[in-house]
Amino acid sequence: MNLHEYQGKDLLRAAGIPVPPGEVARTAAEAVAIADRLGYPAVVKAQVLIGGRGKAGGVKVVQSAEELAREAGRILGMEIRGHRVHRVLVTPSAAIEREYYAGIVLDRKSEAPILMVSPAGGVDIEEVARTTPEKILRLHLDGRGLPGYRARAAARFLDPRWEIQRALVPVLIRLAAVYHENDASLAEINPLVVTAEKGVWALDAKVVIDDNALDRHPDLAALRDLAAEDPGEVEARDSGLSYVRLDGGTIGCVVNGAGLAMATMDLIQYYGGKPANFLDIGGSSNPDKVTAAMKILTWDARVRAVLFNIFGGITRGDDVARGLIAALDRMKVKIPIVIRLTGTNEKEARDLLGARGMTALSDMDEAVRTVIARAAEAA
Amino acid sequence: MSILVGRDSRVLVQGITGRDGSFHARQMKEYGTRVVAGVTPGKGGASIDGIPVFDSVEEAVAKTKANVSVVYVPAALAQDAIYEAVDAEIPLVVCITEGLPVRDMVEVAAYLRGRSTRLIGPNCPGLISPGQCKVGIMPGFIHTPGRIGLVSRSGTLTYEVVWQLTRAGMGQSTCIGIGGDPIVGTRFVDTLALFEADDKTDAIVLIGEIGGSDEEDAAALIERHVSKPVVAFIAGQTAPPGRRMGHAGAIVSGGAGTAQEKMARFERAGVPVAKIPSEIPGLLAAGIAKRGPKGLRVVRGGRRKAAKPGGKKAAAGARKAAAGARKTAARRKTTKRKPIKTKRRSRP
Repeated sequence: MNLHEYQGKDLLRAAGIPVPPGEVARTAAEAVAIADRLGYPAVVKAQVLIGGRGKAGGVKVVQSAEELAREAGRILGMEIRGHRVHRVLVTPSAAIEREYYAGIVLDRKSEAPILMVSPAGGVDIEEVARTTPEKILRLHLDGRGLPGYRARAAARFLDPRWEIQRALVPVLIRLAAVYHENDASLAEINPLVVTAEKGVWALDAKVVIDDNALDRHPDLAALRDLAAEDPGEVEARDSGLSYVRLDGGTIGCVVNGAGLAMATMDLIQYYGGKPANFLDIGGSSNPDKVTAAMKILTWDARVRAVLFNIFGGITRGDDVARGLIAALDRMKVKIPIVIRLTGTNEKEARDLLGARGMTALSDMDEAVRTVIARAAEAA
Repeated sequence: MSILVGRDSRVLVQGITGRDGSFHARQMKEYGTRVVAGVTPGKGGASIDGIPVFDSVEEAVAKTKANVSVVYVPAALAQDAIYEAVDAEIPLVVCITEGLPVRDMVEVAAYLRGRSTRLIGPNCPGLISPGQCKVGIMPGFIHTPGRIGLVSRSGTLTYEVVWQLTRAGMGQSTCIGIGGDPIVGTRFVDTLALFEADDKTDAIVLIGEIGGSDEEDAAALIERHVSKPVVAFIAGQTAPPGRRMGHAGAIVSGGAGTAQEKMARFERAGVPVAKIPSEIPGLLAAGIAKRGPKGLRVVRGGRRKAAKPGGKKAAAGARKAAAGARKTAARRKTTKRKPIKTKRRSRP
């Protein structure tokens, strides 16, 4: 789960990392009231769960209340790469001397988190990794967290001045603690700045929490911003499904199992179609899940035909067929549905569907070619 | 005898009184697996389908000599269940449970280093040596005994491919689902080394997906140490970057871990890549035919070298290389620490 900048900053602040004061506004008037308290010049920043806000015009430095009212009004309601801005963060502008990067992320290869620091902060770290990899220092973290001597090594890599290193060390150690204690999969400060007054501040925060760990962090789970997410994806999560909308697709798919769902999308593309989504209904044949899946796909006006691809393993084919029939009884579905069903109790499933005038194919390639043809007819 | 599990496997089910645990204990037993014990704390003395239930893994091992454990407990308790099995020195632990927090697996991975237990999973369907032993949740009937080894990060996609192999008359020695999480106990490289060493396996199918770099590591290992034909398939060619595709580990992040990169890496290693699953049986057959008469092996890079099938030398090389990959990773963690011995028992 991605956190907004202001939510991530709250976590950093609670851990004792210096974060400039700042508050969230939903209207231009609220924004002005905050800046009147915190002072000008101020920065107004769009709070959206996607990167590239600055480039899209979602971050502005303002000198006065009039300018702030104008800019906050413009940013609130603008759309950044498909994400509508509902909130802005208002914070005093700082006189920046240096911009650094500090981030902790899971390194799958070594099965442990790594701390990455770079003196080339304020830009995309992946860009730095591509163009000037020597400007990144990577340190693996283990059960000890980040020992002081390693934090000092990272601080030396960032800044030659002892007084700045002394301020950076606790920031890095506390960042490691934020990552660990909140079950984060990413905890990033970019930029981590040194001001003209030689203060060290976290000017931005990007924190991603491991979805699998949300059960033990109810306080973090409550931070989820449903308005910032695709309604289909919200519905999917509530129904225990896994759904990702794909750009430019016309063929909906409902599949049991993530790997098979990906392979189904790929196969649709291979045969010249365009998959509209990834949707894994898991091992269940629960009619409620099938209904939820159909609901999500019918919300998507682009979908011209739907493919069910079910490999009946422990999940019995006839159970899935019953779920599908029950779901279709509950709702009116006007788009064509192609069913591919194989494995356990395949024959019983076929008989059930046949009695309702539906046919199920058993070969995946054939089913994909069929659904592409149906989608083309429906166009 | 195929790899990791076989006729001699004595299986213990952790979480046997739960809904999934009891259902699959029965399914495994019906398949012919020797399910010798179950464990659920507080339910010791009970019996599920004639399988005795114990309060602890230690007691179950002492009484039944179980040498494989399969974990069906809920995600919040799975780390503890794995620790219990490792401390009871069970050589092979298979964790089916999905949804373990990554932090729990970081800790498990660190604990496993230097210990003799091999972990498979979590978030996996388990493994099966057809006709001998099934440890997990896969449907038994789709498999048939034979000489193809299969390893996959997926569940139902594995079933799909196995079913296509079975229908093409290509039986399997062992099929392993290593799991869809970012950190898993056993990776492609580990299983490739075992298949290379197994004289009952003629060819290998590897089913990867987007995210991470385990497929790239596998390709590098195959290039140098695997003499048997390998066919690869990678799921997720149409997956958008930055989005998790169901499996916690299936995500393209920062432009890395794409299906295209992985496919290109396999091709560079001389491994044929199936564009779609239904190409796999044909590519396998071609690979086996190309290998030529028995005893003459194609060594990648064009050289031909005489060797016995499952030659000890090649196998030892592969095992060493797989262990090496682990060691490098372990060493990278802290430069100060002594390299840790990571050799694991290959057979329970």
